[in-house]
Amino acid sequence: MYTMVLSILHRASGLLLSACGFLFVVWLVAAALGPESYAGLAAIFSTLAVRIVFALGLAAFWYHLFAGLRHLAWDAGLGFEKRAARRSGRAVVLLAAAAFLATVLLTPAGRFLAGAP
Amino acid sequence: MSRKPGGASRHWRNQRLTSVSLVPLGLWFLLALSRQSTLDHATVAALFTKPLQALLASLLGAALLWHSMLGVQVVLEDYVRGRLLGASLAIARGLHFVAAVALAWALWTLVSGKAA
Repeated sequence: MYTMVLSILHRASGLLLSACGFLFVVWLVAAALGPESYAGLAAIFSTLAVRIVFALGLAAFWYHLFAGLRHLAWDAGLGFEKRAARRSGRAVVLLAAAAFLATVLLTPAGRFLAGAP
Repeated sequence: MSRKPGGASRHWRNQRLTSVSLVPLGLWFLLALSRQSTLDHATVAALFTKPLQALLASLLGAALLWHSMLGVQVVLEDYVRGRLLGASLAIARGLHFVAAVALAWALWTLVSGKAA
């Protein structure tokens, strides 16, 4: 049950990060087009709806990173045993939560997500 | 699934290859962004005018879009059936291709300093 939820979360976070990848491209294109285009996009990016997407995207980034490392360990034949898999699953969730909180609380990302310009 | 022989194992290998590269590249990007006190146009343009940052950003974009396409393909193959599968895969490939071209253009413009 727990394993299944984590597996679905890996897919869901991956799809969200794909969307964020496209936003990354849009962001760089706006920067390349010049200050006016960039200001226009920045206004859209600072709306509540997009900030919620970014907050979820940040959580997805950390989760997908740690869960991906867990998958790579499995590919190398490590941690397949049931108890080890349960333990690494819990570690992935805890590490992702800690990294997410650290990014939000300790870097300017938190201020941006909270609505500062 | 790719009809060419070896397509599945190539898919598997490329997904691992891109995932391993995305660990340092993703962390670099998050670190580079979180070190800026503001993300106005001047800051962002100056950031990607530096050759190393532009190179890392292009590597990140390439690995990200490639990994994204491989992942989206797996999800589509699991949930979409029949003729719709071919169409949705073609749309996904098209979107990723357009994004890759746009990214290359944007980074080239930024690194050559024409976006000031």
